Amino acid sequence: MVWPPLVFGTVFLLLWETAVRVFDFQPYFLPAPSAIWDAFRTNTSLVWEATKVSGLNALIGLLVGTAIGVAMAFLLARFRLVEDLLSPLAVGLNAIPIFVLVAVFNNMYPVTSEVPRRLMVTLVVYFIVLINVARGLREVGNVYLDLMRSYAASDVTILRKVRVPHAVPYLFTALKIAAPASVITAFVSEYFGGLQNGLGSRIVSNIALSNNAEAWAYVLGACLLGLAFFLAAVALERVATPGRAGARERDRA
Amino acid sequence: MIAPDGSTAGEGMNAVEVRGLSKVFNAGRPDAVEALVDIDLVIRPGEFVSLIGPSGCGKSTQLRLIANLTEPTTGQVLVNGKPARAARLDQDYGMAFQQAGLFEWRSVTKNVELPLELKGWDRARRRGRALQMLELVKLSEFADHFPWQLSGGMQQRVAIARALAAHPPLLLMDEPFGALDEMTREHMQTELLRICGETSTTVVFVTHSIPEAVFLSTRVVVMSPRPGRITDVIDVALGSDRSVETRETEAFFAKVTEVREALRGVQPADLEPDIEQVVEEL
Repeated sequence: MVWPPLVFGTVFLLLWETAVRVFDFQPYFLPAPSAIWDAFRTNTSLVWEATKVSGLNALIGLLVGTAIGVAMAFLLARFRLVEDLLSPLAVGLNAIPIFVLVAVFNNMYPVTSEVPRRLMVTLVVYFIVLINVARGLREVGNVYLDLMRSYAASDVTILRKVRVPHAVPYLFTALKIAAPASVITAFVSEYFGGLQNGLGSRIVSNIALSNNAEAWAYVLGACLLGLAFFLAAVALERVATPGRAGARERDRA
Repeated sequence: MIAPDGSTAGEGMNAVEVRGLSKVFNAGRPDAVEALVDIDLVIRPGEFVSLIGPSGCGKSTQLRLIANLTEPTTGQVLVNGKPARAARLDQDYGMAFQQAGLFEWRSVTKNVELPLELKGWDRARRRGRALQMLELVKLSEFADHFPWQLSGGMQQRVAIARALAAHPPLLLMDEPFGALDEMTREHMQTELLRICGETSTTVVFVTHSIPEAVFLSTRVVVMSPRPGRITDVIDVALGSDRSVETRETEAFFAKVTEVREALRGVQPADLEPDIEQVVEEL
């Protein structure tokens, strides 16, 4: 159902607008939605430019992270030894408060480089994809494995015919989490220096100048970007697994 | 005795031959479990043999040994006259489990096609055979449906169609109707007999339902609790044309009682003459 969230959103914005007017909040405290919308409209091209920068960083990190995550998941599923060697490493890597790494990466690359931010996104995405896809490849029911062995299927055949198709929904679950996360990561990474061209750095500088409505206009841009990434992941899922759309509906019911 | 080309090995051979079979899990370790001891069993082509016994008696293990899904500790298993492993590699049997085990990303037809696909059949031939099998299990109109759109009984029928798609001479079934309700279950039993009759398939069937074993089988193999051994083999001469009415005959009840007594480890001595009499009357 699309109506309840729409109604809720509208009521929420109305309450916000009313609160700002009734209690006479100052713009540097909390701007009204109407003020943010005005700022968004007058600065559309600036917001769009910043969105493209952050969006491209998020997209590149998302693609590279997904590729590495999937490749690692195959290695883990195929070789027990690799799993024993790499699993602690993967977990350890994820345990690092990763935004600290941006500062480290920033030192490794020129100030004008976007690479540190893309590396950050890659790291975040890679872990989400690895965990989910590895589970999808491994957690195939025994009845399916017995069945395939009764057909004299080799490990490679079982991988192709059973494990990979079984892991596909897990990949999309990962992507639906990783896509918005990639936007947030790209965006927060900009707080740690580097070029002042993305959504995150625009927000920081506008807040510093007390241009709160403008800062919120960039936040709105970030929201829309995250939403676009999520919807793209959902659309991709629908296209890639058409036969399972009905199963999804049923599972939800 | 293995025929040179492998293909004619089934002719005149025993469908299944089990000699001195035993299975110990975790052998040599403190948690070793003796699952099966000293099993001898010969199944002729065309027979329908049920393995029945209490939970944990090793009846599923015995089926898995015949299927070469697990290796025996001692003894020998021949399927279609070949060692079990060779029979598995030649896909000499089809198998069905309690879970239908359909692949949710494949349509009903594609599920039935899977064993043929792995045998390297071309698309048209696969499709033709799959549709033929779906007709056999009366699911033709569901050919392009996906598994989640089918009821439990229908899914199990697809699983049977898949198990028989390559026309194997032997069908191994591990409590295939265990998860179905009683009505569906009785219907499936009748259907299974019809299908196996039409395809002249030999069946080894694991169950813990006495009426199910009696209704389906030409022979019921009764097994003891762990370590599993064969304590009794009961011939069920109810004829080859069994129907809903068969379940209400004296002979059927007598056999059910006989199997129940055998499971209790008590010989129904005073019943035996009556049973023979009833059987002769049939």
